[in-house]
Amino acid sequence: MVAQGLEKRFGDFTAVAGIDFSISRGESFGFLGPNGAGKTSTMRMVACMSPHTGGQLSVLGMDPRTSGSTIRSRIGLVPQQDSLDDELTVEDNLYLYGRYFDLPKRLIRERAVRLLEFAQLTERAKDKVEPLSGGMKRRLTIARSLISEPELLILDEPTTGLDPQARHLLWDRLYRLKSQGVTLVITTHYMDEAEQLCDRLVVMDKGRIVAEGSPRALIEQHSTREVVELRFGLDQQHQGATAIADLAERIEVLPDRVLLYVHDGDAAVAEVHRRGLLPESSLVRRSTLEDVFLRLTGRSLVD
Amino acid sequence: MTPNQTAVPLRIVPLGFLGTRRSLRVVERNVFVYRSGWIILVSGFFEPLFYLLSIGLGLNHLVGPLDVEGTKVAYTAFVAPSLLATSAMNGALFDATYNMFFKLKISKVYDTMLATPLDPTDVALGELTWSVVRGGLYATAFFLVMAVMGFVTSWWSLLLLPAALLMAAAFGAVGMAVTTFMRSWQDFDLVGLALIPMFLFSATFYPVTVYPGWLQAVVKLTPLYQGVVLARGMALGHLHPVLLLSVAYLAAMAIVGAIITGRRVRQLLLS
Ligand SMILES: Nc1ncnc2c1ncn2[C@@H]1O[C@H](COP(=O)(O)OP(=O)(O)OP(=O)(O)O)[C@@H](O)[C@H]1O
Ligand SMILES: [Mg+2]
Repeated sequence: MVAQGLEKRFGDFTAVAGIDFSISRGESFGFLGPNGAGKTSTMRMVACMSPHTGGQLSVLGMDPRTSGSTIRSRIGLVPQQDSLDDELTVEDNLYLYGRYFDLPKRLIRERAVRLLEFAQLTERAKDKVEPLSGGMKRRLTIARSLISEPELLILDEPTTGLDPQARHLLWDRLYRLKSQGVTLVITTHYMDEAEQLCDRLVVMDKGRIVAEGSPRALIEQHSTREVVELRFGLDQQHQGATAIADLAERIEVLPDRVLLYVHDGDAAVAEVHRRGLLPESSLVRRSTLEDVFLRLTGRSLVD
Repeated sequence: MTPNQTAVPLRIVPLGFLGTRRSLRVVERNVFVYRSGWIILVSGFFEPLFYLLSIGLGLNHLVGPLDVEGTKVAYTAFVAPSLLATSAMNGALFDATYNMFFKLKISKVYDTMLATPLDPTDVALGELTWSVVRGGLYATAFFLVMAVMGFVTSWWSLLLLPAALLMAAAFGAVGMAVTTFMRSWQDFDLVGLALIPMFLFSATFYPVTVYPGWLQAVVKLTPLYQGVVLARGMALGHLHPVLLLSVAYLAAMAIVGAIITGRRVRQLLLS
């Protein structure tokens, strides 16, 4: 999949402002970004559900403008909003979705049994979809996207609303699909998920890509090895911060704590103590993708 | 992994501009939904049937036989074909209007379909096919009632059925096209406002010749009138070449309606 200068405009508003990326077969690729960054708009273009208004896009080596249907027949999509067919039962939702892909009835029935098992909905197979819990619907939507055994799976915030068990179950499943050669494209707001699942990812902000790389590389590039979180009393925050500003490559003063971005956390804490400062608590941890994300997209809410 | 590449080769040439065989999946989905709600499916059939019974039992005795092209025709036999045409129209319109609006705006069924190999044209053609099926079911049931009541006197009457299918296609397609422009349920009141006078005044219950000339011209423009004269011609075995105009009129409605629907679905959902 290759995108060059990919752009999506809605009237005057530009949701995706010319992005470049390329995803190879079997890779698992993530899109991160704050609300409204343009992730869903990008997913919809890639899934051939929304025509791009500028730039170039090729999916599975084909042009979405002319081969949308053929491309979609090889794609599985988990949309951000569940769009299950409320007038049908759980089972029939899977069945008909398979039929939309023109799969033979027997094959769908076989796959549906296993997918219901995976979604832990076997007991609810004959129930209408509407009264299911939010998480159950999410699981069914995910199961549904697998009925056609797609070679490219697009997941727009797949685990939002799932409990930890279901989340880990999905991760396992995605690992297995990946090892079978399925290409995964994922958006998520969970940084641990992105670190776990993505070989490479991009961070989007206001319709643009602001960083790209493997989770490891991004952390190395945009953050330090370790982070020290210090809590001073509320009124001593600023005093404390000024006294130790020189210890870190970067320092961030938040309402409730001070963050020191350093190479060696323990050494920094020792130095803080040596200077006679006594924070109420101190915590040394490794840098995470979340630090990178916040650094790149800012702490304030976008809108 | 074997890619599912059935998509392109299945394009059926004559209907290629509307959609593909994949549209049958849309029909299949409707069959699934109505499997558990067949009562709703048949409900709309009764209205024209009650008219027929009321006329056959009552009005028929007050209104003498009519003179249609030199032959005497019992009043019920005169009205029955137009009610059959209305029945086909109603059957087609149910799913093409209310249900289509629900799927388009509320239940998002089409959004789901468009994430699969289905195209907007497949959705349009599939829903149209379903409307024709439902209109056809109504017309067939109505035809059987007519037969039992003794109004089917010639084999020619069987031609009522293809005429009804054409009616259903015309109204289904235009109904869907109009629905894609609806903003809320209230807009449907306007549809009712258009349908009721059309039902009452389209030469459904009496020959168009009762109107003054200019009004005749207006009535002849309504699609129900075209369906009614076609149905009546078939039922009574009066097959004039001029009926081909009605066929052309209704066919044009079906095609234009379906094309607009496909475009609008694309516009609304693939933004
Ligand atoms: N159909 C549309 N018409 C007009 N504007 C739209 C449309 N869809 C999305 N937008 C706008 O495009 C921008 C990007 O939206 P998008 O859904 O792609 O964001 P996102 O990154 O997925 O956000 P989130 O994390 O909240 O899901 C938003 O400002 C949104 O209002
Ligand atoms: Mg989104």
